[in-house]
Amino acid sequence: MKHYSAFAIAREAFRQHTGWGRAWASPEPRKSYDVIIVGAGGHGLATAYYLGHRYGIKNVAIIEKGWLGGGNTGRNTTIIRSNYLQDPSAAIYEKSRSLYETMSQDLNYNVMFSPRGVMMLAQTEHEKRGYLRTERANALQGVETRFISPAEVKKLVPIINLDGPRYPVLGALWQARGGTARHDAVAWGYARACSAMGMHVIEQCAVTGVTSENGMVTGVNTTKGHIGCNKLGIVVAGHSGALADMAGFRLPVESVALQALVSEPIKPCMDVVVMANTVHGYMSQSDKGEMVIGGGADGFNNYTQRGSWHHIEETVRALVETFPMISRLKMLRQWGGIVDMTGDRSPIISKTPLGNCFINCGWGTGGFKATPGSGYAMAELVAKGEPGPLAEAFSMFRFREGRFIDESVAAGVAH
Amino acid sequence: MSHRLKTGGRLIDRSRDVKFTFNGKHMKGFAGETLAASLLANGQTLLGRSFKYHRPRGIVASGAEEPNALVGLGKGDRYEPNQRVTTTEVFDGLTCETQNHWPSLDFDLLAVNSLVPQFLTAGFYYKTFLRPRAFWKHVYEPVIRKSAGLGKAPSPDARDPDSYEQIYAFCDVLIIGGGIAGLQAALSAAETGARVALWEQTAHWGGRAPVDGVTIDGQDADAWVAATIAKLEAMDNVHLRLRCMGAGVHDHGYVLGYERVSDHAPGTDAPRHRLWRMRAGQIVTATGAIERPLSFAGNDLPGVMLASAVRDYVVNYAVSPGQSVVVVTNNDDAYRTAIALRQAGVGVPAVVDARAEANGPLVAEARAAGITVLTGKGIRKVKGGKKVTGVEICRIDSKGTAFTEVFDCDAVAMSGGWSPVVHLWSHCGGKLVWDDTHHFFRPDASRPPLGADGAGFVRACGSADGEMGAVLMGAHEAGLAAAKATGASGTPPAPATDQVPDMAPMDAVWMMPRNAEYDLRMKMWLDYQNDVKVSDVQLAAREGYQSVEHTKRYTTLGMATDQGKLSNINGLAILSDALGQPIPATGTTTFRPPYTPISIGAIAGGATGPVFQPLRRTPLYDWHAENGADWEPVGQWRRPYTYIRAGEDRHKAVNREVTNARTNIGLLDASTLGKILVSGPDAGRFMDMLYTNMMSTLKPGKCRYGLMCNENGFLMDDGVVARLSDDAFLVHTTSGGADHVHGWMEDWLQCEWWDWKVHTVNLTEQFAQIAVVGPKARQLLERLGGMDVSRDALKFMEWSEGRLGGFDARVFRISFSGELSFEIAVPASQGRAFWDRLLAEGADLGVMPYGTEALHILRAEKGFIMIGDETDGTVIPQDLNLNWAISKKKDDFLGKRGMEREAMVHPDRWKLVGLETLDGSVLPHGALAVTGGKTANKQAETEGRVTSTYYSPTLKRGIAMGLVRHGPNRMGEVLEFAGPNDARIKARIVDPVLYDKEGAKQDV
Ligand SMILES: Cc1cc2nc3c(=O)[nH]c(=O)nc-3n(C[C@H](O)[C@H](O)[C@H](O)COP(=O)(O)OP(=O)(O)OC[C@H]3O[C@@H](n4cnc5c(N)ncnc54)[C@H](O)[C@@H]3O)c2cc1C
Repeated sequence: MKHYSAFAIAREAFRQHTGWGRAWASPEPRKSYDVIIVGAGGHGLATAYYLGHRYGIKNVAIIEKGWLGGGNTGRNTTIIRSNYLQDPSAAIYEKSRSLYETMSQDLNYNVMFSPRGVMMLAQTEHEKRGYLRTERANALQGVETRFISPAEVKKLVPIINLDGPRYPVLGALWQARGGTARHDAVAWGYARACSAMGMHVIEQCAVTGVTSENGMVTGVNTTKGHIGCNKLGIVVAGHSGALADMAGFRLPVESVALQALVSEPIKPCMDVVVMANTVHGYMSQSDKGEMVIGGGADGFNNYTQRGSWHHIEETVRALVETFPMISRLKMLRQWGGIVDMTGDRSPIISKTPLGNCFINCGWGTGGFKATPGSGYAMAELVAKGEPGPLAEAFSMFRFREGRFIDESVAAGVAH
Repeated sequence: MSHRLKTGGRLIDRSRDVKFTFNGKHMKGFAGETLAASLLANGQTLLGRSFKYHRPRGIVASGAEEPNALVGLGKGDRYEPNQRVTTTEVFDGLTCETQNHWPSLDFDLLAVNSLVPQFLTAGFYYKTFLRPRAFWKHVYEPVIRKSAGLGKAPSPDARDPDSYEQIYAFCDVLIIGGGIAGLQAALSAAETGARVALWEQTAHWGGRAPVDGVTIDGQDADAWVAATIAKLEAMDNVHLRLRCMGAGVHDHGYVLGYERVSDHAPGTDAPRHRLWRMRAGQIVTATGAIERPLSFAGNDLPGVMLASAVRDYVVNYAVSPGQSVVVVTNNDDAYRTAIALRQAGVGVPAVVDARAEANGPLVAEARAAGITVLTGKGIRKVKGGKKVTGVEICRIDSKGTAFTEVFDCDAVAMSGGWSPVVHLWSHCGGKLVWDDTHHFFRPDASRPPLGADGAGFVRACGSADGEMGAVLMGAHEAGLAAAKATGASGTPPAPATDQVPDMAPMDAVWMMPRNAEYDLRMKMWLDYQNDVKVSDVQLAAREGYQSVEHTKRYTTLGMATDQGKLSNINGLAILSDALGQPIPATGTTTFRPPYTPISIGAIAGGATGPVFQPLRRTPLYDWHAENGADWEPVGQWRRPYTYIRAGEDRHKAVNREVTNARTNIGLLDASTLGKILVSGPDAGRFMDMLYTNMMSTLKPGKCRYGLMCNENGFLMDDGVVARLSDDAFLVHTTSGGADHVHGWMEDWLQCEWWDWKVHTVNLTEQFAQIAVVGPKARQLLERLGGMDVSRDALKFMEWSEGRLGGFDARVFRISFSGELSFEIAVPASQGRAFWDRLLAEGADLGVMPYGTEALHILRAEKGFIMIGDETDGTVIPQDLNLNWAISKKKDDFLGKRGMEREAMVHPDRWKLVGLETLDGSVLPHGALAVTGGKTANKQAETEGRVTSTYYSPTLKRGIAMGLVRHGPNRMGEVLEFAGPNDARIKARIVDPVLYDKEGAKQDV
């Protein structure tokens, strides 16, 4: 792998950039691997990366049915924060956030993690009390977060309208070290690092079945034939139900469309990420200048990556309410992704009824921020066969036992 | 220099001058033209700067595909960034300014970026700015952000003064695109009797045909267009819209139309934009095709334009982009431009044709007109800095090391072939097929977007369908087939015949010269706005970003405001070439709505400000407003938090209200409480499933407090149920929960228990409900006269109906405050009068309204739980010591199985207690009790939390409720709560009922 640096660019500039090799290789699959990860989204790739990096397991294939990063990893609005309410959530999201801080250097790939700060507006007394509660919890969880006054909100976000006629801003929960990152780069950076460790990133190869013997996984059928493995990690977000079905078990997960949109680019006018959960919408400005906007998920299950238009209208209204100056901007593009929702809006990192088959899913509308932490915890589970402390609470069996980790308590929109 | 021609201009009105300003300079145009035409007529060719290198940019196109010429339009509250001059109709008083330059358009310091393009290649930023780590946030990113973005942001205080509207509409056949194909399709569909709507995004019907010299039945296309429009206008089953763009096709034939109603005529009271939400049975896309640029070095200089656009400016607006225009092409179509220019008296030094041979009728016509045609040649490079000064020509198959000819010119018209506009076809899943003759993707009729019935609901016709010859017959068939698919049966007459000259096929030349050296490739622009060049796409391919989506994202190709309308196919061709695979193997990126950007205002559709959401007002709203209400939003309601009197702050006001309710009489507007009538023979059975309590045994005339859980057993809502009759219950819900609970009931009734005879109706707004609370409450009601409200006639937890003070009242003897209290419902229309009467009659008794905060304190002093405070979706009734409200006699109820799960019956669950700080202070909201230990993840371990906390004016100290591990067994124990700034606050576990434990006060 060629090391990336300003110096390398300068050197290449003098030979017409002919010296750059592939960021990741495109090999034909072997007959079998120690570990197969299904799904080359951020979480799958991060899992593979940590398997190699922390446990020295490098005979690994990551199998992707489309192009890597093309699922929700490449469709999300990239909000990263860790000020979750419940202990297990705060632990894994904070681990993840801290891994983001050094990800560019760790991967030698600039993922543009930008700790510009994330605020969640409190617009009802009830919401305010909720955020005060989160603030108190976070202090004990080692997550830096603070409830700030309307005046501080205005100072950080000059374009906000504090006293909208319906839901005045009563303050906000502010995580200064939250922010955004370049989503594609996260996938590409991991793919490059995995490839450099000798792992196989196999694109355009769909898993169509899971094979097993005596209750233990033996491999997967794919559009490129059968590939054997000792251990299998399923990390396919919106398609988890389908993969679980192939592996012979059911998941407490529903797949629905979640949409986002961007405006045309304008000069910087908003440096931080603002989430307004009472009115249902959130917005940040990308480094390109586009206002990046997201809102609620559809109320019905589907796989089409197209959402219902009325959600776009509702989200946009909410944001015009919050930032009236956007009214004369234009929407450039809208899209959707299929998100995997669990009953308590918390993820699953778990053993499954099939031996040596592990699953990581249920990140729903908010898993981009968790990418490195999720990979870190999943790798531990796959490598050791048992969850470590970060993953322990996220077993898929918790629903049967009633051990919910309910985050919808704290926020209507959980990004 | 670009200039106005002396004659011609089919769309302009030379008798009507239009005055406007450009960067503060006064200019003049003609009515009927676009701002682009006016600017060119004024000799203005430099119109902006590109995104990354700040290269000079001029107009390339004449329509929605324009990537370059974007301006900031208007001023102050009406300022709008990134407006395409090619789709802006010029009007009197228009002001605009150019964007993305510093300090000025002509002299842009950031253009230094373009001096070092070899460093700023595709994705260079992924490879650098890595160290030192802190620099990304503090140095690199801020610099990048400063130079990013295009137009200026509107001012933070800008408030859009214009209005927007949205409209629902229905039709059998929607035709999108008002060129001749669209018009014919509309006519043929309409003649069957189907209801037809036809949208055209520009201000004129007819599209390209009149410009391209198409004749129909031997006449000018214009004549046929006028006659067809006249016919369509005369039909009542046809609805025509100009300036209305098909923005997006969604599932089930739902189409968004973006109508720019008054952008061209501001200052009227018409809305600015109107968003059509059309539900169409069938859709015909007749959206035409867009010409592609060619990739040669310097193809981004102002003055290099699409050949079709040049023709548009000449024919439609009598504007020439230059005095001397070189035409470069790989197809016959561009010869039309050469001919049109020559006819307009503009110099055409040469047509440079990449093909080895050129000899169609158009070529012959050009040659006959004396135009030099060079074949087998291409442009090696365009000369010039901020404008074109000439072109160097080379052999198309060469590396371009040297030129063969040089021409002086001040504009270049290029044509790289055409791409059908397939966006709307594709939005909802329509598939494409590669056409080897014309080298473009066109709709694959065998794989259209599918509707709910599994049949296709979109058809394409005309050049949108890849038809490059005559289109009317195909359009007729598409219109007819669409109409038939919606059930129409009439037979329209045969269409007219359109004649177009024969055209030789294009040559797939994607780059000039074909083997261009790196230095040239580095100067061939694919994406003009985002500065993506041929060399960038080739680099992406080399680095393994080989999926078209990867290339797009890595290079930003096609991600600019034009969404790649000009660049996508060219980029795809370069990528495929680099990968050594055919173009269809590479495939396209996904087409996403909207077709071109649409205003945020139109999407919001006027539902902003006070009408953002419906404001629900109780019948007493005005009284509250006039009497110092300090409003609090509760769902869509607004309730008084407290009523502030002169000299008071919030805190004082709340304390006064609490104390008064405990000593005299408090009045609470409880109208927002949910009131749902559940009736029918199976009502009792249904109520038993809905509530954890037994409700079917409740006697008419009685009230019972009940709990509702979700399937997981978590407490969802609570309230008092009154049995009205054997088969009718009145369910009171929380204010915030009313709609949800009603939906919840219907969900069960409609999806699961559809055979139960139960009817529900939400009566919340039909009644004003007033709580009369306090020791003197009965005294006040007795003064009103009417029904007997004495202790014996109306016992605690009973209700009765009758006349009270002349009002129709239903009186509930219930209490959420611990005081003697009556909740009285009167018809909404009588609410205000009843309230006024209570205030008047009770004046000497000390009657005084109280708000939501006093309500909370009164209930907390009494240890009553509040949904949303003591509960948060993770709390089961048992946690709140409400086991008494869970029936043991019932086989089933919603949540029963959920609350029997292992973790729900675990003895370690946190349970409700009262909390008292040792120093009498008020515990912070949400504070947690710490054990001093750590969790496996090194978080401080906790054993309880505060759920409600207030200052109690009655007890004159802080009071709180909370959930604590083994709480009820630990009475008297002192816990340590973590407060802000690492403070540790000690509080004792006590009984949650802090006021009138015996309940003596409420049952008097
Ligand atoms: C519109 C939107 C906005 C969002 N905003 C945010 C946000 O602001 N912050 C945040 O933290 N999160 C956000 N999210 C959520 C976040 O994107 C996801 O939680 C996260 O990216 C999930 O990553 P993943 O790697 O698990 O899934 P994915 O990236 O979806 O990867 C799963 C992969 O599995 C592949 N796959 C599926 N089936 C098969 C098969 N049979 N064989 C092989 N491969 C298969 C898919 O092709 C895909 O590439 C958002 C999501 C959406 C849709």
